[in-house]
Amino acid sequence: MNYHVDEKGYYGDFGGAYIPEMLYPNVEELRSKYLEIMYEEEFQKEFNQLLKDYVGRPSPLYFAKRLSEKHGTQIYLKREDLNHTGAHKINNTIGQILVAQRLGKHRIIAETGAGQHGVATATVCALVGLKCIVYMGEIDIKRQAPNVARMKMLGAEVRPAKSGSKTLKDATNEAIRDWINNPVDTHYIIGSAIGPHPYPDMVTRFQSVISEEIKWQLKEKLGKENPDYVVACVGGGSNAAGTYYHFLDEPEVGIISVEAAGKGINTGKSAATSKLGRDGVIHGCKTLLMQTEDGQITEPYSISAGLDYPGVGPMHAHLARTERAEFISVTDDDAMQAGLELSELEGIIPAIETSHALAIFNQKKFKKDDVVVICLSGRGDKDLNNYIEYFDL
Amino acid sequence: MNRINKKLSEGKKLLSIYFTAGYPNLNDTASIIEQLEESGVDMIEIGLPFSDPLADGPTIQDSSTAALHNGMTTKKLFEQLEGIRDKVSIPLIIMGYFNPMMQYGVETFCAKCQELGIDGLILPDLPVAEYDLYYRKIFEKYGLVNVFLITPQTSEERIRFIDEVSDGFIYMVSSASVTGSTTGFGNVQEDYFKRIESMNLKNPQIVGFGINNSETFTQATATAKGAIIGSAFIKMLTKEGKKGIDAFVKSIR
Repeated sequence: MNYHVDEKGYYGDFGGAYIPEMLYPNVEELRSKYLEIMYEEEFQKEFNQLLKDYVGRPSPLYFAKRLSEKHGTQIYLKREDLNHTGAHKINNTIGQILVAQRLGKHRIIAETGAGQHGVATATVCALVGLKCIVYMGEIDIKRQAPNVARMKMLGAEVRPAKSGSKTLKDATNEAIRDWINNPVDTHYIIGSAIGPHPYPDMVTRFQSVISEEIKWQLKEKLGKENPDYVVACVGGGSNAAGTYYHFLDEPEVGIISVEAAGKGINTGKSAATSKLGRDGVIHGCKTLLMQTEDGQITEPYSISAGLDYPGVGPMHAHLARTERAEFISVTDDDAMQAGLELSELEGIIPAIETSHALAIFNQKKFKKDDVVVICLSGRGDKDLNNYIEYFDL
Repeated sequence: MNRINKKLSEGKKLLSIYFTAGYPNLNDTASIIEQLEESGVDMIEIGLPFSDPLADGPTIQDSSTAALHNGMTTKKLFEQLEGIRDKVSIPLIIMGYFNPMMQYGVETFCAKCQELGIDGLILPDLPVAEYDLYYRKIFEKYGLVNVFLITPQTSEERIRFIDEVSDGFIYMVSSASVTGSTTGFGNVQEDYFKRIESMNLKNPQIVGFGINNSETFTQATATAKGAIIGSAFIKMLTKEGKKGIDAFVKSIR
């Protein structure tokens, strides 16, 4: 079974480039050049240097002793929360800004939900001196004021998406419309492993540094490269794609993807796409998609703004269909408790997205000597207001 | 011969109008079609509304949202078009995004179109390559003309490919924009229109995006076979309702 993208841009039944003709020249230019650009020696040198000196990589692989004792297994946390800007998102934006420079683009656009990808994009634009416009749902702008302020300090313009539900899906629509209107000078930095081919593959490759490091770090610590399980939360699925990449073809490594169940899968307030979605087309790719019978895209719900997306990256749709990955859904309540648990046991306050991945131990039992690597995709500073409200702190 | 091809063979410039089905009111579809034919329009694009219309500007987005809110669905639209061929003979094209069609079932959708007397489809987010590979045979089986878009950025090689795959007309997007921009046509468009004319394509071209009055209609059809008006027509409907249709069409040419 092939879990990687094929030459037509598909992962099994999913992927492709379902884009209006207006976007074709841009997407085609990227498709025909991205691999060549990414694997140029000079590019790799610059990319790796920035990951080291600017992002602070390699990120530690931390053995969570007290959490492991509590759940009776061996838990390792891949500390993407320690990256510059506080999440894994920057791995991708560093890569894409270097691609954009090599394509001769001088205007950058991005979409953002909670604001993490927006901040990571604004950051790299400041780093190289490119103009940056971030689309963000009007409702999210109100919910995530500190990240809006960060983007502004970094010199980005934040444009409200006022259509539809005024959240991530609509911010993505607006970014795509901007790209249609500015086809020559603009590069669109998509923040997740979604969008038309080659975006899911390009983003996955930039994030694959996560699993590349896990391999040698485990080798150093345990004398073997492969854990028994890798675990990550999945919204669009970029941290998960990076965490799995180098293990996809290692059948002894179990893959566990954690989705947001919201208030519960059958409550109508959920974002568990693998359970609630059907094959459909969103934002340029064929994937599993939450939609009405009539094919209108529905509004997902999760307490976590980063998991609040009606689709899932095409690679993840393929991993779900082929059952290479096991999908577990975690409710708001279970996620919040898991976030508190990690804070109390390990002194790490995780992003609420990540808290979902940490909540699997209620649902899945591991053996005592299983090595379980969880991607700690982001830190919880941005979610403090949510935690305060939820726990009445 | 398909009604679209027949219309294209007439020796005149064609005026085509787009409207969103289910807007302003859920059951306006048939009466808008009849009125458009009566006022002398040559071709009609019936917009099947979608929740996330990527290629559309605010006017068509808003009309789509309103139509969905009114209760428009694919099934509903097909019900409304039941018997339309007893009333009008004008070429009818359904324009919409691919996902609702995919959920209805591509073949079932095409069969239904043939049964109702729909002549063609425009699906901006169904790429030519995917169409050619997976869907062309189905469209052809049901006698549907599929229309592709080109833009000022489309390469000559790709225009040739689209021309080869097409069997009706080519939808020539006037400028790099979503629908409903009103900046008018400048040198860029003039050069683009001339460049396409000089390519001597086998399919005639109909210009869309940014046509909103008699002046832009005349400019667009100086070299092209016709032009499509969408957002400007919907704006008029919002303001004046169906009673404004005749005056609007007559103001264009």
